[in-house]
Formats: sequence, C-alpha cells, structure tokens
Amino acid sequence: MTFLKPLWPLLAAFSLMASATAQAQEAPALPRIGGDFALTTHLGQAATQANFSDKPLVIFFGYTFCPDICPTTLAEMVGWVEELGQDKDKLHYVFVSVDAGRDDQETLAYYVDAFFDELVGLYGPQDRIDEIVRAYRVYAKKVVDPEEASDYTIDHTASVYLMDRDNRYAGMISFGESHDAAVAKLRKLIDEAT
Amino acid sequence: MKTLALAASLVACLATPGLAADVEHGALTISGAFARASAGMAKAGGGFMTIANIGCADTLIGASADVSERTELHTHIKDGEVMRMRKVETIDVPREGTLELKPGSYHVMFINLHAPLKEGQVIPVELEFRKAGKVSIDVEVGSVGAKAPAKHMTH
Repeated sequence: MTFLKPLWPLLAAFSLMASATAQAQEAPALPRIGGDFALTTHLGQAATQANFSDKPLVIFFGYTFCPDICPTTLAEMVGWVEELGQDKDKLHYVFVSVDAGRDDQETLAYYVDAFFDELVGLYGPQDRIDEIVRAYRVYAKKVVDPEEASDYTIDHTASVYLMDRDNRYAGMISFGESHDAAVAKLRKLIDEAT
Repeated sequence: MKTLALAASLVACLATPGLAADVEHGALTISGAFARASAGMAKAGGGFMTIANIGCADTLIGASADVSERTELHTHIKDGEVMRMRKVETIDVPREGTLELKPGSYHVMFINLHAPLKEGQVIPVELEFRKAGKVSIDVEVGSVGAKAPAKHMTH
C-alpha cells in the first residue's frame, strides 16, 4: 500500500479539477482575499489600497482595548521587523482597528507608536470597517458584556495576513506561530516581490 | 497524606525560600506575575502568572486590583484563526499541578484602567481561591509586549 501513497494527492487534484470543470459554469470563482478600502491613518491621512500598492503588505486586524492577542501579535511583529533589518522597508505594516466605537485617531496614534515606527494604524466608521473586514474575509464580531453593556470585546481573526504587491493574498502568520517561521514568511514575501 | 504534604511544603518553604516575587500560600506558589505596559491609552490590560500547587485541587474564583474599574478572570478560545476572549467565573488549579495564566490563554483582565500601566510599575493584586482563600501578590509591569516577567527576559 505504501507505494500508492504518493498517488493520493495527485488523484485528489484530478478529482478536484474534474469537479471544478463540471461546476465551472454554475459555481462562482473562489472568493479572493483583499480589496480596496477607504480608511484614515493614525496620522489623519486618508488611505486606500493604492497607498500600499508599491510594496507587499503585512496586515493585522484588532482593537486597542484588546488586552492580550493584539499586543502579543504586535510585539511579535516588532521582533520580526528587527530581524529583517534593512529589509524591513520592503514591506508595509498595517494595523486595522475593527473597533469603530473606541478607536479614534488619537487612541490609535498612541497605540501604534508603542510598537514600531513603520506600523500604520487605520481606522474608520463602522461601515468602512465592515468593508475592509469583508474584503479581507476576516472575522470581527462585537461581544457585549452581559453585566456591563458599555463594555464589549471583539472576537477577531488573530492571524496576520500577507498580501503581495498586487494585493493578492500570499499567506498568513497564525497566532502563536514561531518567530523563525514568521520571519521566513516575511522574507519569502519580500523575495517574491523583487 | 494531606498533613504530610502540608508539612513537606512547610519544610520546603523554610528550607528554600522562593524568589523575591514568589508568593507561597499553603500548597500554592504564585510566581512570575507580570502585566504589560499599556500601549498608549489602551484601557484594558492582562495579568499573567504561574500558580503551582503541591496540594489538592483548588479553584481560582476571583481577582481584584485598584488599577482598574473591574478585574475579571478571562480566557481565550481559539476557533480556527479567530480568538474569542471570554470571561470565566472560575479557573481550576489542578491537584499537584500547575495553572499557567499566559498570553493567548487564561489571564486576569484589568478592565477600564484608571491610568495607563507603566513599565516598572508594580500592581498589587488580590487573588481569591476557593480553598486557599485570599492571596496578595505583586504583578510587575513589563514592556508593552512582555512575554515573561522582566527578570526572566533574555533581551
């Protein structure tokens, strides 16, 4: 049986191709990750996808009230950027706030400043946030504290998305992934863009 | 056996006092308690620590601190690529085992901080256990992305 094993991926690929051909007419193409948006940077400048199209993009979604996942990820990112050295300038780094209720320009500016200089914070009204959340197919859902209605947290995708220069999805760095694996992915993203 | 274990732990306490920041309380030893400096004006903070237990199972049932409006016990549930943070009423401290409060998992959450936490600050926190009762500990505030208390950090 062991000699058959290498065939399985091939067979699977064939059957996928076959079913893809069969369904080509009715099924829509796979939804793409990424797309245009219209938000504001932590410095108060309007920003769209075009502002980040000269380099690959490292993009993470979170909120400043997040006590754990976001600071953990952004602190990891500080380590990645340090390790990239000069090459760090070959990528854009963006933190998108999914918390329209709390994150204004000032809050976000103080927040991103706590991590690293190249990090750009983006924020906007709820409808604009919904737009980028949809475009990047991330999950962000407000969870209201049953005891204190004014307090809420947001369940959100904890992965860092890697986008190539053409704003095509190029992979992700999951929460808890090792420093070395993350840096390797960033280097690959840089290499493929040059 | 319980008495023996307790006696053993008392002897251990006398013989080998822990690090300055370790707090020993009955069968429990709480060590490595740290929080992170607030990123700018961020209004929430997490507290992390290791609770080692050489005795019977116990339960962490609460935490209180003066730095925030409320202090709660929280956990994270990893659901695919999504992290869902949830308040929990209690956290089990296993018998002769260790409970770790760490980033991405269980933590003490300081909600609506009165002021941003600053690196180097020490936050007095009172933990409450079902059996062991109340234990006062000091939580050291590390850097904004601290992964461990300052004294254990390699950089």
